[in-house]
Amino acid sequence: MSDPSGPKQRGLALELQRSGKAWLFITPVLVALAVVIGYPVFQAIWMSFQQDAGIDPATGMFVEGGSAGLSNYTHWLLQQCNSLGGTISCPTGTLGSQFWSAVWVTLFFTVVTVSLEALLGLGMAIVMGKTFRGRALLRAAVLIPWAIPTAVTARLWEFMFQADGVVNRVLGTDILWTSDVWASRFAVIMADVWKTTPFMALLILAGLQVIPNDVYEAAKVDGASAWQRFVHITLPLLKPALLVAILFRTMDALRMYDLPAIMTLGNPATNTLSILVVDQVRQGPNSAAALSTITFLLVFGIAFVLVKVLGANAVRTQEEQRKAA
Amino acid sequence: MALKFVPRATMVAASIALLTASFASGCSSDNGGNPLDENLTGRGPITYVEGKDTTETGVVKQLIDRWNAAHPDEQVTFKEQSADANQQRDDLAEHFRAKQDGYDVVALDVPWTAEFAAKGWIQPLKDSFAIDTAPLLAPTVASATYNGTLYAAPRNTNGGLLYYRTDLVPNPPRTWTEMLGQCQIARDNNIGCYAGQLAPYEGLTVNTSEVINAFGGSFVGADGKTPTVNSPESKAGLKVLVDAYQNGDIPKEAITFKEGESASAFESGNLLFLRNWPYLYGQANADGSAVKDKFGVAPLPGNTGVGASTLGGYNAAISAFSKNKATAADFVRYLISEEAQQIIAAGALPSVRASLYDDPALIAKMPYLPALKESIASAVPRPVTPFYPAVSKAIQDNAYAALNGTKSVDDAVAGMQKGIETAGS
Repeated sequence: MSDPSGPKQRGLALELQRSGKAWLFITPVLVALAVVIGYPVFQAIWMSFQQDAGIDPATGMFVEGGSAGLSNYTHWLLQQCNSLGGTISCPTGTLGSQFWSAVWVTLFFTVVTVSLEALLGLGMAIVMGKTFRGRALLRAAVLIPWAIPTAVTARLWEFMFQADGVVNRVLGTDILWTSDVWASRFAVIMADVWKTTPFMALLILAGLQVIPNDVYEAAKVDGASAWQRFVHITLPLLKPALLVAILFRTMDALRMYDLPAIMTLGNPATNTLSILVVDQVRQGPNSAAALSTITFLLVFGIAFVLVKVLGANAVRTQEEQRKAA
Repeated sequence: MALKFVPRATMVAASIALLTASFASGCSSDNGGNPLDENLTGRGPITYVEGKDTTETGVVKQLIDRWNAAHPDEQVTFKEQSADANQQRDDLAEHFRAKQDGYDVVALDVPWTAEFAAKGWIQPLKDSFAIDTAPLLAPTVASATYNGTLYAAPRNTNGGLLYYRTDLVPNPPRTWTEMLGQCQIARDNNIGCYAGQLAPYEGLTVNTSEVINAFGGSFVGADGKTPTVNSPESKAGLKVLVDAYQNGDIPKEAITFKEGESASAFESGNLLFLRNWPYLYGQANADGSAVKDKFGVAPLPGNTGVGASTLGGYNAAISAFSKNKATAADFVRYLISEEAQQIIAAGALPSVRASLYDDPALIAKMPYLPALKESIASAVPRPVTPFYPAVSKAIQDNAYAALNGTKSVDDAVAGMQKGIETAGS
């Protein structure tokens, strides 16, 4: 006797039953996420369309501003400030005037630090991947900069980069590392690279370790040089791990706050978007909400592009490998 | 591997971004009725909120212990915040924005008072809450007054002092011209002449406003909004500072100095003159300091006579959301009483009562008191405006640009004016 519904239908029913159960299990998490992530995000977006409270000249007291339309966004993107005589272009010394420079500084820090960290991390990972005496010790020692809290790292480098600090004394210079435009950017990049290269190295090392040794053996037998083995075996097989490491660090660098905030405090040359958001929260929460929404869109956009472009690439590489095998 | 990792990475990216976005979200709920009119006669236990007590004598604990011994039914609990001023302010603002009643009496850094008053977060000290301001130093009262109404009681004050090397300069200069005229002595000894706190932070606002006030300039009008900084007096004041920096009388590295760096430059004997707060006195006279017994203090230099110090210190205010406002008002009055101010002064926090500056016992302990009294008598509060953070930013960013030469003095002062004009938006 065969089942009247047939094997196909039965499979579908099973599938439905299974997915129903899945929903049952997923729902609590979704609700929790909606409460802890969804609510604040929508609150922030809603706030970004409200005007910040202003002073009622008659009483000298703050009154709620009402709906703002897009003015909080144009304030940042077009750098328009309200003045006594109407809307003007934001003058120096207002946070509004620093938006595009903050975007630029943030992207600059991200590109430079992530590239340096990827290169140095790769080098460190290759060294750590070799077998030699004291390897365990080296692997532990390398992690120390990453284990130190960022705020402490920032203070440490701040002391070293002081006008009479160790850096100037060693180099015999009198560069103002925390106040010159490019010197201060360099100082922040130095500190960030020192702090996070070990993390990068560790992620890459994990990727290195899964490459089977016999692939290299085979290549050696076929007469491939060390450079050829690196370019044609190590790099392609490492790509997925490298991609994850770069993605993580990019996200991290885009929200950089503590290093420049502590090391170069207030110096406009190193003000990142996160610093601008925190400063603005103290002046007006609604336009800060607009700024953080813009930041969110920027970070999300970059993450999306990275995953799409680099992710697709990594997947294809694996597919090609499978075909080749 | 990539397939497994990419969605997770996307999730991480998304949640990081979402967290950034949620940074600015707060709460706002209205339940009708003006809290400023409620609980005016409430009595009972209250909470006093202040930043970390760093005095050696434990001033806050002494104050509260003494009060609690006398008021068994109206005990005060101390809620200690962090030592960082920004964190203190954020904590208070969060608490008040949520209209919570957990904080009854709060200590406000002088420049926050106007904003908290204009937001309706603190109780005006009038009618049954009125306090006797007659024995208090006039500038400290002005710093707690917004829009013609007193909103807080000055709790302790602070004024800038000029530290100078008595071994190199026997008599302290009274004016900027006199002081900079002695820079040759510094050059002969191969040390810096003058420094203040010129890194771009609140300290630069303080240093800039001191020199602008000393030359007769001002920042905002009485309404706390109309900018008044674009004047020949302000330009003359800022020019003195900028010229001294650019011709080397102020050493190059001073543009990175906050309180700590400037103090250590003086303590290691590398400065002839330094503007700093009274706290440095004990520190610079301690063992290990290169200038121990070799320095004196004077009021800040001015244009034609004593200069205008910017006022520091804390004001004590009653929360609009307190349930026991009558007790809170009594406690605020107690804080400015002779008895409480003695404790405060003994903790090396400058008192707000004029009479204590002539107390021989205190002067013996703190020899800088006469100079500080003179400094505070001619002090000017920082711009009293509900938009203080924006005004301060306009001052420091433009002054910084003038110091490092990216802006002329005239442009910098005009920039301050424009920045203050847009401060409300």
